[in-house]
Amino acid sequence: MSATISVVRPGILTTVQDRGRRGYQGLGVPVAGPMDWYSHQLANQLAGNDASAAALEVTLIGPELQSDADVECAVAGAAFDLTIDGQVVSSDRAFVLPAGARLRFGARRRGARATLAFAGGIDVPATFGSRATHLVSRMGPFGGRQLTAGDRVTIGARAAGTPRVGAPLPLPDGHARIRVLPAPHRARFTDRAWTLLTGSRFLVTPQSNRMGYRLDGPALPHVSGADILSEATPIGSIQVPSSGQAILLMADRQTTGGYAVIATAITADLPLAGQLAPGDSIEFIACARDEALEALRERVASLAGDAGPVAG
Amino acid sequence: MPPDDSIDPRVVAAGDSAWLIELPERIDAEVNARAIELAARVEAARIPGLTDIVVGYRTVMIYADPLADDAGRVPRMLEEMARARPAGGGIAGHLVELPVCYDGAFGPDLPDVAAFARCGVEEVIARHLAREYRVFMVGFVPGFAYMAAVDPSIAAPRRATPRLRVPAGAVATAAGQTGVYPSETPGGWHIIGRTPVKPYDPARAEPFLLRPGDRVRFRRISEGEFHRTSAWSAA
Repeated sequence: MSATISVVRPGILTTVQDRGRRGYQGLGVPVAGPMDWYSHQLANQLAGNDASAAALEVTLIGPELQSDADVECAVAGAAFDLTIDGQVVSSDRAFVLPAGARLRFGARRRGARATLAFAGGIDVPATFGSRATHLVSRMGPFGGRQLTAGDRVTIGARAAGTPRVGAPLPLPDGHARIRVLPAPHRARFTDRAWTLLTGSRFLVTPQSNRMGYRLDGPALPHVSGADILSEATPIGSIQVPSSGQAILLMADRQTTGGYAVIATAITADLPLAGQLAPGDSIEFIACARDEALEALRERVASLAGDAGPVAG
Repeated sequence: MPPDDSIDPRVVAAGDSAWLIELPERIDAEVNARAIELAARVEAARIPGLTDIVVGYRTVMIYADPLADDAGRVPRMLEEMARARPAGGGIAGHLVELPVCYDGAFGPDLPDVAAFARCGVEEVIARHLAREYRVFMVGFVPGFAYMAAVDPSIAAPRRATPRLRVPAGAVATAAGQTGVYPSETPGGWHIIGRTPVKPYDPARAEPFLLRPGDRVRFRRISEGEFHRTSAWSAA
């Protein structure tokens, strides 16, 4: 039989996410998915799930949840004080949430977002092949909204997979160094803009969410205007409207945009960006494609427990 | 239409997990047709690790996992496709007729567009109806089709202050483009009418009414016909 999780307190923003909705961006359907792909995958594999399983993404202030049956779980990503009926449990390893017991996300120690995976995954209908929640277009499970008190989340039948350990993400402590590659529109910006981008600290402002982070930092000057003919916007794009204030596009970004993009964060460092909260800061480091791919290989290897932590 | 040799596509990296094919920077049916044709070729080519293809006005974004087997071949494959001569004739889109009610509360920004065009509201409507539009791309929100080219005389720029709520079905125009909002969202375009048809309906067998390369004609309907035929739950 499968377990049902009841939401006692929802936390500030708890959503169902899987790897994301791919294959329909050409028709305007956004990807959504985890803000920190690494910890999402780690939580799933610790729980013995396939990488495609849906889990809960917890943001800043976490939920309190109760299960009606024993269910195996794992939490990865941001460090919270986790308790089951007052007893401390650890992140980054599987544990059992017993029937009737309450799992509570307490104080947040580091990072911004954690993934809570349940063995068997969350059993909700897929939309365009994905169980990811996209808040703005109200797409995905629970009507595409965040969880609220009283919601009941059904867990799938236990997967046959065995749990696999991996190294936890080295969590940024209020500051992240994010490596970037020059974007196709790099030449639409002055050299001074590039120097400012890679030589300044940018603050994540309160006007930041799953779509993107509005950054507070030096204005990045364009050569002649910010507007482009609309085109696709990859995750990690650093978009610069005419104000010159950079926006880092994240998981819930629109599929297309009309502002010039100066640089793109490398995939290996996106999880670090996903662990930032308003008030945290970012430094962008220029890198080359080979370095980006090597960093991604290392990140993936560390997920398999093959390598030590990657510099972050 | 004969192939245009002046359209010389360029393949550039867009981060470490996407490639962008860029064509000349203009809103131009021929350029866009080339982008759509290239997108179709990419789709058929079994690109290693491919996840998404997104057509822009004059671009094709190809998302592909850089750690997939043979991913190192991707840039060369794309460059070969970009260099190959286009098939010619392009890919024929569908012709879609969209009913629009321009009356009453459905077109709150018609007076603003009329002021821009220095003509009357009825003349704005006539000029919007007079043309057949091309769907250049789909983006912004699920099923939002960017259509052009609007008669330059009524091509008012975006509103100075975007609206926080544009109703689903709103027919709008800005900067020479026109479109239909598939869902209620914020928006900076001028609202000139409303269609009773859903451009995007996840419950429909074919959720997406419009795709890049399609052609659209608007047909004027009365408020009565709008209400009789409306697919929207509340007007």
